[in-house]
Amino acid sequence: MQAAEKRFVEKLKTYLLFAGPTTLVFITVIILPFLFGIYLTFTNWDGISKAYTFVSFSNYKTVFQDAAFWTSFLRTVKYVFYTVILVNSLGFALAYALTGNRVWGQNLLRTGFFVPNLIGGIILGLVWRFIFSNVLVYLGRTFNIGFLSYSWLANPHKALWTLVIVSVWQYSGYMMIIFIAGLSNIPRELLEAATIDGATGFQRLRTIVLPLMVPAFIVTVFLTIQRGFMVYDVNLALTDGGPFKTTQLISMHVYEKAFLAQQYGVGQSQAFFLFLLVAAISLTQVYFTKKLEVEV
Amino acid sequence: MKALRRALSFLRHLLLYGLFAVYLSPFFLVLINSFKSRREILSNPFGLPPAWSLQNFTTAFQRMGFVPAFMNSLVITVCSVIGIAVFSAMTAYLFVRTDWRFNKLMFFAMVASMLIPFQAIMIPLVRIYGGLNLLNNRWILIYMYLGFGSSFAVFLYHGFIKSIPKELEEAAMIDGCSRLQVFFLVVFPLLKSTTLSLIILNVLWIWNDFLLPSLVLISANNRTLPLTTFYFHGTYTSDYGLLMAALMLTILPVIIFYTGLQKHIIRGVMEGAIKA
Repeated sequence: MQAAEKRFVEKLKTYLLFAGPTTLVFITVIILPFLFGIYLTFTNWDGISKAYTFVSFSNYKTVFQDAAFWTSFLRTVKYVFYTVILVNSLGFALAYALTGNRVWGQNLLRTGFFVPNLIGGIILGLVWRFIFSNVLVYLGRTFNIGFLSYSWLANPHKALWTLVIVSVWQYSGYMMIIFIAGLSNIPRELLEAATIDGATGFQRLRTIVLPLMVPAFIVTVFLTIQRGFMVYDVNLALTDGGPFKTTQLISMHVYEKAFLAQQYGVGQSQAFFLFLLVAAISLTQVYFTKKLEVEV
Repeated sequence: MKALRRALSFLRHLLLYGLFAVYLSPFFLVLINSFKSRREILSNPFGLPPAWSLQNFTTAFQRMGFVPAFMNSLVITVCSVIGIAVFSAMTAYLFVRTDWRFNKLMFFAMVASMLIPFQAIMIPLVRIYGGLNLLNNRWILIYMYLGFGSSFAVFLYHGFIKSIPKELEEAAMIDGCSRLQVFFLVVFPLLKSTTLSLIILNVLWIWNDFLLPSLVLISANNRTLPLTTFYFHGTYTSDYGLLMAALMLTILPVIIFYTGLQKHIIRGVMEGAIKA
């Protein structure tokens, strides 16, 4: 009995020495707030008053009836849809053009396309705010280009596209890096053999390269989807949700609900919905990756 | 045939360099306009500055409080990044080398927690730490970064430590090293390349992060560089020359960091993306 107790104390000491700090921060920063967050969704706390009551599922009911939430959700889906397609096709095209064939200044080009990823979304948003509201308008007015002669940021039909454009610019270089890693793993002999057999460049791309790149595409597509649903910084700095809330994406909606409208319970219910969505997306990715590993 | 191939190659270069110019043009425009006055910018944002005056830079530098903001960002990033690397490596080492049931549970919980987006935690986080009067403090922000960064770091180290043979450590143990000494003298040096990748990923994340510091750091003298730049923009919305100079000042440190560590950064991003 005493030996077992002593061994337990030894174990505990080792555990606390090696994993104590990590365990402490993990529990106090992630686990407790997460659980407390679930509890908050069942209360009507307004952020200020000390007292709040238990309201069972009424917050969730409010979320389902909140038209602004669903509008913002569908808008985010639309934004994610276009971003995923454009980011991945452009990223792949860049990677394909910058591997294999001899390109003069290959490294310089890769570096340049990657640069936007080094800088925070807030700064990128402010940079593009200037581009959209001044530079492009100047071009439009000087050269009489109708669709550029007024700021897209002020136009409810165009403002969402500014977010898509900036996100494509921001992430295509990042995905390019992942595609380059995938492309450089394709055995050279395979491509050479196909060339000897008379395959054209397009045939090689379609029958050899693209099928072998499926794992890379799984990574990049899901990464883009996840980031798309969680985007906040660029949204805030570039459009601030405007004009007339036509560009308010889901994260910003949650932020406003909780911190500006002071409906913490409803805001947290919406955040929880976002969690379920992102978790489902990630688990789908894991499922596909595992399935592919079994097949190969 | 040869002429055709040459023409195609030329076309490809033209396209790539054209796109390259488009990608970098926003930064170039910010750069040239940071030397101009508001009137010069409005009359032609493409024109080169008539004189390369540093006036905007010195004014923006002072008014935004660049030095304190930079120092805040630096302290927060460096402390968080080192803390995450050291504590997570130790934790991962323990998790790999012992098969206690509690370790398995913790490791599973940490990997699973990577599914939680920040937005799902931010509201209760502010509620809890605000209720304890712990907000508006740089050290609490660092503490939170340790929490948000450790899951991925433990996961990354766990994968690598598994591949290190035990024999090395056993030899050191026989020579009389304690477990802690074995870790710091034998294991941690072997993790160098993983640590470097991790540090790079975390520096890019924490240096550029906005939402968490905007919720935690309330008073102006605690703000990090992205926060300071954002609020500066709010104050001087139409003073374009100043704004461009402020943006340039914020972008510059990152570009310097990138030029110095370019190869490692690209590799770190690749490893992080593929394992995440």
